[in-house]
Amino acid sequence: MTKVKVAVLGSGNIGTDLMLKLHRSKVLELTTVIGIDPESDGLKKARELGYQTINNGIKEFLERPELADIVFDATSARAHVRHARLLKEAGKQVLDLTPAAVGPFVVPPVNISEHLDSNNINLITCGGQATIPMVHAINSVQPVEYAEIVATISSKSAGPGTRANIDEFTQTTSRGIEKIGGAKKGKAIIILNPAEPPILMRDTVHVLVNGEKVYEEKIIASIKEMERQVQSYVPGYRLRQEPIFDGNKVTVFLEVEGAGDYLPKYSGNLDIMTAAAVKVAEEWAKNKISKVIV
Amino acid sequence: MTLNRDILITEVALRDGSHAVGHQFTVEQVTQVARGLDEANVPFIEVTHGDGLGGSSLQYGLSLTNELELIEAAAASVTNSKIAVLLLPGIGTMPELKEAARLGAKMARIATHVTEADVSPQHIALAKDLGMETVGFLMMSHMAPAEKLIEQAKLMESYGADTVYVVDSAGALLPHEVTERIHELKNSLSVNIGFHGHNNLSLAMGNTLAAIEAGATRIDGSIRCLGAGAGNTQTEVLVAVLDRLGIKTGIDIYKMMDIAENLVAPILQKPQEITKDSLVLGYAGVYSSFLLHAQRAAAKFGIDSRDILIELGKRNVVGGQEDMIIDVAAEISKRTLGASV
Repeated sequence: MTKVKVAVLGSGNIGTDLMLKLHRSKVLELTTVIGIDPESDGLKKARELGYQTINNGIKEFLERPELADIVFDATSARAHVRHARLLKEAGKQVLDLTPAAVGPFVVPPVNISEHLDSNNINLITCGGQATIPMVHAINSVQPVEYAEIVATISSKSAGPGTRANIDEFTQTTSRGIEKIGGAKKGKAIIILNPAEPPILMRDTVHVLVNGEKVYEEKIIASIKEMERQVQSYVPGYRLRQEPIFDGNKVTVFLEVEGAGDYLPKYSGNLDIMTAAAVKVAEEWAKNKISKVIV
Repeated sequence: MTLNRDILITEVALRDGSHAVGHQFTVEQVTQVARGLDEANVPFIEVTHGDGLGGSSLQYGLSLTNELELIEAAAASVTNSKIAVLLLPGIGTMPELKEAARLGAKMARIATHVTEADVSPQHIALAKDLGMETVGFLMMSHMAPAEKLIEQAKLMESYGADTVYVVDSAGALLPHEVTERIHELKNSLSVNIGFHGHNNLSLAMGNTLAAIEAGATRIDGSIRCLGAGAGNTQTEVLVAVLDRLGIKTGIDIYKMMDIAENLVAPILQKPQEITKDSLVLGYAGVYSSFLLHAQRAAAKFGIDSRDILIELGKRNVVGGQEDMIIDVAAEISKRTLGASV
């Protein structure tokens, strides 16, 4: 099967985890890893695995555009704003794993089909990737008036960028709950827990539905179907227990165990981002290939 | 009016007490209490949802009255007292802090778990820019050794906090542990040191005195113990005790007693006392605002609320993880049912 060429921009933890996931993809061919520090663990690993490495940032990649059609940006929000412009001019499709939110929000099982031809999409936040599918699953049965999510992650899996810009998480996730999840109003809370050994990522979704009657069975079925869909690309995504119903309130308890590729298993919050990015890129690739065949 | 005060007290009943009344404060209650506290010369009055700005939620409890209205009402009721607001990064955000400042809040208390101070620099910096007095509030201080606490307090000092608090959110610290922590902070920091206690082990007053003796000059109290769990150091009692010790708070003892008796006691659904559940909070080291949530979950699942709290303590649950209460309750009830089959 023809594969579509991709590159990873950023050789930190996220970039390196992406590299290991892409190594397994049947539709994506990772060719290049772009970093700024040749001594970084990510670039070393990339060389070991036989990928092309670029040590001086995006400039050299733009001089060799044939290296990839799809680029994953795992740098920073500020850098992404510049990268987004340059890569757009170069005609590349870009997956933004930073909080820059240049392109539209995508949660794969909810709205990927609307963005197969986008040149830039944003993956919201880890909490958004974990919880918005459930808000959408409930909203597709019965209108969601209000959805509130609480993401608890281990302190070790929250990097300095997340910590210094914690408002970005709550604000971006709230917007995603409304725009993509379909809730009339959204709210997000993030909690860091320093327990040792580190806890798995946990997400609780509290939803208020609209209507005289709450369609419990249908909501449960929709939630479980969504759990399966997310599991297709994040195997460690699961309900911790049955949803709890209380009047018009539905509470869903989730846990995300990472695949343990480069990042440790407890950092399901990072794994769900890289897994979602690969999922979107694979859908883009299938779309490109099908167009070539037709 | 300038007063000679050795210790500056922050009255937290209109914030911490929000937990005890299920976040049901009204504008009228807040106005009356704030006016009384102002007349009694209390320097700072904290007003916010129990979990700080933006705390109104399904997770923590929805506010009956929008906290911004309560802040505005309190600010309009005082002439000398300053209104403080609490903000927990991850729950509250900077736009909410700006709004609170616009409505008259003069002090921002930025709270993080004791090991996570580095989520607070933006909020402390913004509060400074807004001309507010800033406090770094290290919650669940019993969960970290003194060295860690000092490292985190220094971070908050470096972000611009004018004061750093040791916050005994679980009411779990023992007096010698308070002494050690405050003493080491005093030696390592140049900013003011504060202490916020909870009375779950009947140690709020003892711990507060230990903190003052070790060098704390900013102290929290809740009038009539109107705070989470068994409440905080009882402000009117503290003022009287400090007066006996010759430590000046500048607060009118008689007026405080009247407010406690006439205005605050009627707000409490039942008198604050150390019940078996609040005792377990302190004993197991669990966040005091879990109390009512654990009692509700225990009733829903037909189990003992103490079992829930003990289990939460074992799992090192931190402040804000109220969703764990239902989760743990459901697990315990399943285990109990499983055992009886």
